[in-house]
Amino acid sequence: MELVADHQGDLLIVTAMENRIDAAGAIQFKDRMREIVKVSARRVLLDLSRVAFLDSSGLGAVVAVMKLLGPDRKLELVGLTPTVAKVFRLTRMDSIFTIHPSIPEGLSHAG
Amino acid sequence: MPVDPPGGGGDASGSTPGCTRIVIPADPLAVREALRALFDTLLLRALPADERGTAEIVLAEALNNIVEHAYACDGGKIELTLQLHQSELVCQIEDQGLAMPRDALPSGELTAISGAAALPEGGFGWHLIRALSRDLHYRRVGGRNQLSFRLDVGQSRR
Repeated sequence: MELVADHQGDLLIVTAMENRIDAAGAIQFKDRMREIVKVSARRVLLDLSRVAFLDSSGLGAVVAVMKLLGPDRKLELVGLTPTVAKVFRLTRMDSIFTIHPSIPEGLSHAG
Repeated sequence: MPVDPPGGGGDASGSTPGCTRIVIPADPLAVREALRALFDTLLLRALPADERGTAEIVLAEALNNIVEHAYACDGGKIELTLQLHQSELVCQIEDQGLAMPRDALPSGELTAISGAAALPEGGFGWHLIRALSRDLHYRRVGGRNQLSFRLDVGQSRR
C-alpha cells in the first residue's frame, strides 16, 4: 500500500497511490497511515482520487484512521471516484467526513 | 435456488449465453485477483462503468464475508457463477464453510451514528449488499452455503 505524504506546517496531505483499498490491503493501509499521521499536523487531507475501488474493509480502515487522529485533528477526504463515493453515500459516511472534489485551492500538493 | 443452474463450467460457452464460473481460494488476495480477472477480461467488461462498480462492491462484500466468517478457521474454496442477461446479472456463490448464524443473513442495518469517537469500523458489508442487489437468498444445503442475488444491468445500453 503506497502512500505519499506531503507535510507542510499544520497541513498533511496523504495521497493513496494504489487503485484499491480492499480487504486484502485495509490493515496495511491503516498501519501505514498510523505511522504517517504521527507528525504534528492539525489538518490531514487524504487524496483518494487514484482509488477506483474501496470495499467495507477499506471504509472501516478510513474510519479507523479518523478515530486515531483524535478529537482535535481532522481527516478530510479528497477526490472520491464514483464507486468509492457510492460506498460512502450508501453507508452514510459521507455525512461524517468533509469531502472535497479536489485539493482545496491554495493548498499545494506533492503528487 | 431461484435461478437455473449454469450450463456447465468454463467461460461463456454452451447453452447459457454470458455465463462464467470460477473457483476462488478463500483468501483476500485471491478474491482481489479473481475480481480483477472478472472485471478486466470476462463478460463484465461489457457493462457500463457505474454497473461494473456496483457489481464489484456486491461481489467483493459477499466473497470477503465468506473468507472472513464462513472460512474463519480454515481455508476452502468459493464457487462463483455469473450469468449475464439483457437486464440483470445473476450471481450464485457457494462455499463449504461455517453456516450463517441461525441459518439467516444478517440484517445489514447501519449502527446509528453518534459522534466520531463511537463510529463503527465494520458492519457495512451486508448493508451494501442489501442496498445494491435484489432477490437476495441464502440457504444451507448439505454442508454448503448457497447465496444468490441479482444485479440490475444494461440500463444505459437500451
